[in-house]
Amino acid sequence: MSHHIIDFKNVFFHYPDGTEALRDISFRITHGESVGIIGANGSGKSTLLLHMNGCLMPSSGTVNIGDLYLTKKTRQEIRRSVGVIFQNPDDQLFMPTVYDDVAFCPRNLGLDEDAVRQRVHDALSLVNGLELQDKPPHHLSGGQKSSVAIASVMAVEPDILAMDEPAANLDPKSRRLLINMLKTFHHSKIIASHDLDLILDVCRRCIVIKDGTVVADGPSTEILSNRALLEENNLELPLSLQRS
Amino acid sequence: MHMADALLSPAVGTTMWAGSVAALGYSSRKLKENIDNQMIPLMGVMGAFIFAAQMINFTIPGTGSSGHLGGGMILAVILGPYAAFLVMASVLTVQALFFADGGLLALGCNIWNMGVYPCFVAYPLIYKPIAGDGTSARRMSIAAIISVLVALQLGPFSVVLETLLSGKSELPFSTFILFMQPIHLAIGLVEGVVTAGVIRYVKNARPEILQSSGAFRPLDTGISVRKVLAFFVIIALITGGALSWFASTHPDGLEWSIEKITGREELAVQERGIAPVLNKIQEKTAFLPDYTFRPAVTGDPEAGNGPAWPSIEAGTSVAGIVGSAMVLGLVLLTGIGVRSFKRR
Amino acid sequence: MTFDEEYYNIGYLDRLSYQDTFVHNLDPRVKLITTMLFLFAVVSFPKYEIVALFPFFLFPVLLLTIGEIPLLFILKKVALVSPFAVFIGIFNPLLDPVQVTVLPGLTLSAGWFSFCSILLKFLLTVSTALLLIATTSFPGVCHALRQIGVPSLFVSQLLFLYRYLFVLAEESMRIIRARDMRSYGRRGTGVKVFVRIVGMLFLRTIERAERVYYAMLSRGFQGDMPALRNFRITAADLAFTASVMGCLYLFRFYPVSEKLGLFAQGLF
Repeated sequence: MSHHIIDFKNVFFHYPDGTEALRDISFRITHGESVGIIGANGSGKSTLLLHMNGCLMPSSGTVNIGDLYLTKKTRQEIRRSVGVIFQNPDDQLFMPTVYDDVAFCPRNLGLDEDAVRQRVHDALSLVNGLELQDKPPHHLSGGQKSSVAIASVMAVEPDILAMDEPAANLDPKSRRLLINMLKTFHHSKIIASHDLDLILDVCRRCIVIKDGTVVADGPSTEILSNRALLEENNLELPLSLQRS
Repeated sequence: MHMADALLSPAVGTTMWAGSVAALGYSSRKLKENIDNQMIPLMGVMGAFIFAAQMINFTIPGTGSSGHLGGGMILAVILGPYAAFLVMASVLTVQALFFADGGLLALGCNIWNMGVYPCFVAYPLIYKPIAGDGTSARRMSIAAIISVLVALQLGPFSVVLETLLSGKSELPFSTFILFMQPIHLAIGLVEGVVTAGVIRYVKNARPEILQSSGAFRPLDTGISVRKVLAFFVIIALITGGALSWFASTHPDGLEWSIEKITGREELAVQERGIAPVLNKIQEKTAFLPDYTFRPAVTGDPEAGNGPAWPSIEAGTSVAGIVGSAMVLGLVLLTGIGVRSFKRR
Repeated sequence: MTFDEEYYNIGYLDRLSYQDTFVHNLDPRVKLITTMLFLFAVVSFPKYEIVALFPFFLFPVLLLTIGEIPLLFILKKVALVSPFAVFIGIFNPLLDPVQVTVLPGLTLSAGWFSFCSILLKFLLTVSTALLLIATTSFPGVCHALRQIGVPSLFVSQLLFLYRYLFVLAEESMRIIRARDMRSYGRRGTGVKVFVRIVGMLFLRTIERAERVYYAMLSRGFQGDMPALRNFRITAADLAFTASVMGCLYLFRFYPVSEKLGLFAQGLF
């Protein structure tokens, strides 16, 4: 199955104010892979994720998602296959109730209300959040918010999941639940995070970004045990590797 | 200053609702014509911003009392008048619901007083001409201060009119005005300075926001003065029509207050104020030809002893007191009954 | 009221609105319309009316008790917003000195009656409006507005405002705490600092709006907010509407208190 491929070729991006956020990024992620993207604050991780579904368009270079070449025309279709989960669930959950939020995607696809209800039901049960559906997001705990944020993206059954700091602000138990949940997903996964233990746990492969370029790309176990490389990027060895 | 339900008569409340609903419909239609999709979340989050900012208080220099922000003008400058009006209306609606600021009937008045004036009067007629193309920070500050001042004079003035036309308060027009306007001059000055400060802060920190938001504004040509005036004339006619209809069918509301006003010597000025205007509108439009202000009432011998007052006989008033007590008792009993039933 | 109190107050009211009682489960449209009719009926009484207003307390009392809303909380909120109405009304007894004999030997100026009437109306209208939101979730109110025909742009505006109200209020609360912690009393709470705080909050808001917009785009937003769930009117809704309207009509046009009083007088 070739259609779950993500292919960045020589991607550059600068913001309107002139800041160069991405400089010559190239990588290829194949079907079913789970990839961690790590790097210091401001290294360009979030900007990179915003390119995966065309929220931002590369200033130069190409992005291919599956068979589709990312353009203004194709991005609506790409958004169906790539679900992006943002760092702050308060930005992600913008509808007034959990139900309406999870239903936002399916309704935008023009499904009828019965099908929407089914989608919402499925997505919420995937994250064990069925009982939350009538609550407004501001009544949820941090862990519940991030579960619902995942459900809201899963409701369109995307092929690829891209997440920005999924475990930020979670207490250890919610974080553990999230990790276990992520492991059960068979999608291609791209996770940008400072939580290197999470990356080590969930992702086989790891890409290190510095000042908008790829400085390392390889198996997580290798990269995450390379103390010199990590420290150069304001990171440190994952706790689980520090002990041994 | 929020208008309150209890001070309002249904006629005034409905009229102001009609005006505000018309402005809402007009704004959403105008906005929809060429909306940038990014405006939708921006407006929503801006509303929450104004709401939160209004909850922050600050010390007014020299007085020690605390003030807070109205925000209509900041919105108009950033979002343009149509979007700003919708945001302001939504903020006032949420306040009416969650804080009971004003109330639901008075919401129409409040949207009008605090939304229409800054967005559709002060912004196009005062801010835009003074601020010009937005390159001079000083002109923008001056424009912000003056336009906030004007908007905050028009708002309370409407509160005064709405209260008096509703006829529930005995405050004479002149006293009321003398009380409301100067206070709001002070409030307006502070708010104007704050508005100018915030706009300047944003201009220094992220100048592109003020510029790019200019692109959002479907109103770069500015609202034409003539259109605004025509709109106000129409609203005034509708108001006059509704009020005169009400006055003619409902003798104890408006008329009573007008009679009160005209019946007082120190308010003789007022005779040249509201009543003749209404009369003139009435003559011009002839909504209800049989309308009269019944000046006879003032000459009526009974008028002095409490006109329009429901019959005051000792017998019925005793019945009224006893009955009221019983009704209250019954209501309370019902309440207690439901509570204890629920506890079980 | 301090910022914290104000914030927790809305939060509490909001939480109340998600309870599960008979009143909470009524169709939001029904509650909105009956509340508006109620307000109209109350406000439409002439300025001196007092006696006929009492029966109307039945409506808020029933909402309060069936909806399991704490009485004290509502009363406190009513008291908080009362100054303006009280201030305007308090002049009536002075300015309207026409003497009225209430009972043999007891004479009051007519202004007292209109003042009391304002107070009663104030209590009735404000408590009922608060009870509407305490028994109906805000999204519910918005659904009702949408179905009644309010422009969708305005309704989605309300929904966004509601959604981010709590987020931004919390953010400002953190800023305010930081300000108050470091301003030791008065200095630091002035206009200059306020302008900077509001400016900062404003910039953060703009940035948040950008992020929200990206999140919306990522999930297929193309300019139209999708329609919200439809509510169905149930038998309970119809029964509620009918009985409220019946009572309102009765209380408005039939002097219930007075007749009851006359009846009681006849007994003794």
